[in-house]
Amino acid sequence: MPLVSLRRVRTLVRKEMRQILRDPKTKRVIFASPILQLLLFGYAVTTDVRDVATFVVDHDRTAESRALQDALTAGDWFRIAGTSDRPADLAAALDRGTAAIGLEIPRGFARDLAAGRGAAVQVLVDGTSSNTATVAQGYATRIIQEFGIAYAESQGAIVEGGVDLRARAWFNPDLESRPYNVPAIIGILLMLMALLLTALAVVRERELGTLDQLLVSPLTAGELMLGKTIPVAIIALIDLALICIVAILWFGIPLRGSIIALVVASFVYILASLGFGLFISTVSKTQQEAFMSMFLLFLPAVVLSGFMYPVDTMPDVFQTLTLLNPVRHFLVIVRGIFLKGYGFGDIWVQLGIITVMAGGVLAGAAARFRKSVG
Amino acid sequence: MLSVRRMAAVARKEWVQLRRDPRSMVLAFALPPFLLLFFGYAISWDIRDLRLAVVDQDNTTQSRGLVEAFETSGYFSVAERPAATADVDELLVQARVIGALIIPPGFATDLLAGRDAPVQLLLDGGDANTATIALNYASAIAVDYSRETVLHGRRVAAPLVPEARVWYNPTLESSNMIVPGLIAVIMSIIAAMLTALTIAREWERGTMEQLAATPVHRLEIVFGKLLPYLAIGLFDVAVTAAAGVVVFAVPLRGSIVLLGAMTLLFLLGALGLGMFISAVLRSQVLATQVAMVATYLPALLLSGFLFDIASMPVVLRAITYVIPAKYYIAVTRGVFLKGVGLEALWVQGLSMVLFAALGIGLATAAFHKRIAD
Repeated sequence: MPLVSLRRVRTLVRKEMRQILRDPKTKRVIFASPILQLLLFGYAVTTDVRDVATFVVDHDRTAESRALQDALTAGDWFRIAGTSDRPADLAAALDRGTAAIGLEIPRGFARDLAAGRGAAVQVLVDGTSSNTATVAQGYATRIIQEFGIAYAESQGAIVEGGVDLRARAWFNPDLESRPYNVPAIIGILLMLMALLLTALAVVRERELGTLDQLLVSPLTAGELMLGKTIPVAIIALIDLALICIVAILWFGIPLRGSIIALVVASFVYILASLGFGLFISTVSKTQQEAFMSMFLLFLPAVVLSGFMYPVDTMPDVFQTLTLLNPVRHFLVIVRGIFLKGYGFGDIWVQLGIITVMAGGVLAGAAARFRKSVG
Repeated sequence: MLSVRRMAAVARKEWVQLRRDPRSMVLAFALPPFLLLFFGYAISWDIRDLRLAVVDQDNTTQSRGLVEAFETSGYFSVAERPAATADVDELLVQARVIGALIIPPGFATDLLAGRDAPVQLLLDGGDANTATIALNYASAIAVDYSRETVLHGRRVAAPLVPEARVWYNPTLESSNMIVPGLIAVIMSIIAAMLTALTIAREWERGTMEQLAATPVHRLEIVFGKLLPYLAIGLFDVAVTAAAGVVVFAVPLRGSIVLLGAMTLLFLLGALGLGMFISAVLRSQVLATQVAMVATYLPALLLSGFLFDIASMPVVLRAITYVIPAKYYIAVTRGVFLKGVGLEALWVQGLSMVLFAALGIGLATAAFHKRIAD
């Protein structure tokens, strides 16, 4: 007997699609929730440092000290959250968390500055959010130093010249975190959808008892598996299109690379995700178990993907572990295609790795699937 | 009247049920140390040794000095020395380097003549956060180097010196930021993944009728059912906090009693909320998913755990005001890192009380013993 009959698979796919699309609740989960999640994550996952609450204690109260404050708040990095003339208020604001950075300008600031004696101001940084603190401290130091140099130059007090560092950021000139994060969210959501639909769907059939009906039909395990996965792959590709459109039109993320490469890579990645989902469905008896297993698999996959936290700064052990993670490789692809204009020539290593993974996990899932339903 | 004995009986029954479910036990006892290890070790924004490509077209003592200043800073390491500027493109596109420093011919001449000596720094802006930090470091290095070279070692004070001091976490260690916040995340996972099951399971298995037939008051059931999860939650928090202090050397500067009390209140609220969702939805799968969205996601995304709330758009910022995890994380960071007490945290304290009352209130209100409705 042939392993797979195309006709039977097609019938099953049609039945599955109809079943999925008939239920309005499922339809919402499939089509609305990825868009909502993209919006939520797109806005919430930000490593930008903006509007840092700043508390100012100005003991000097001169035109120069006010000019320094203006220089600090001129960009959109810092905003004044409070002022006082007592240092204790600054400490209290940091303690309460109502300010994340404090600027204390000592008495005699303007005098020292004018005399070229080297004025000093104190910058207190709340280090509890280490990333924000690092970036905010960097900005504040730079602005204050530049203010001092500009002032001294305007007084003719120092020789001009020196290294003039002209920095230019490629791919993302405004250095916003969103163009980097939104493509990654696409990768995360694709896996989530594929996992949810396969892991839960097969188990639900088992719970409802309809899996037995399918088993008494002349379908082979291979056909059954194809019939279960093809609709999910189609839906995931539709989701890909939907969220890419939202990413491009709503968030304004540029798509600079090859769309064909994006679709092909996504398809292989979806297959790998499907494989994991099928695998979970074969080791879980109830939907609840499947959901928990999915969570336990998904969480480390996200943490070790380079989404939210860079892979480069992880300890070596974890960096090695990330190589086993398809999400990590796909994020390189999807970010590269969106921002750096990658085509097939740039992604073949990652694409190859994901293809091998997809093949392996699908074969493993198929073997287990055959055993568990057969 | 509420009876402690009946409450204890409900709690024991719940515990036995929980113990028989291996996946729940994994979530309850293996997940917290696992998360701590993952988040604590894997997440780091401590940026060092950024790979830099250097094109030195000047090749003088001065240009080599600038490159050396970049290297000795510890923030950059020269990974590539392409022959031509054109090769830089490929290196940046392939992410083999994070930035490229291009020193044009005539750099030393300009510098020694006291003119502006332009140097180009190209950065891979894709990862905006790393690029921003790299840019700030590079500017500081350039300023320092200019001062040294232009003044030929003459000691002239910089016109304005920002004396930066970092409070609470002077070395800006990521784990000091992660561990206190992670406690809130772990608790919301327990609330979402474990508590959300408790009443839905009774409905699904048909044991709700049995429970309804017993002479147990619904408040006794709510408290009895919460008790095992409360114990697990407190145990997890204690283990996480202890591991954070011992393994990651996170300082615990404030009052443990205050931390414990706040944790208890937050747990009551989160577990109550989980139970409420469970009682309303009556389906384990649905309840877990809704509870994930209601407790876990906000604790991860909108609490300030990893992402700065001030940088979010105004709508999300407004939402964060009703996210209990935001207040709780302010408490854990306050107690662990800042060593502050209620004088600084009274707003958070009040919101914890409110949240606990709300959680228990909702759970009790939604829990009907009526079967037909």
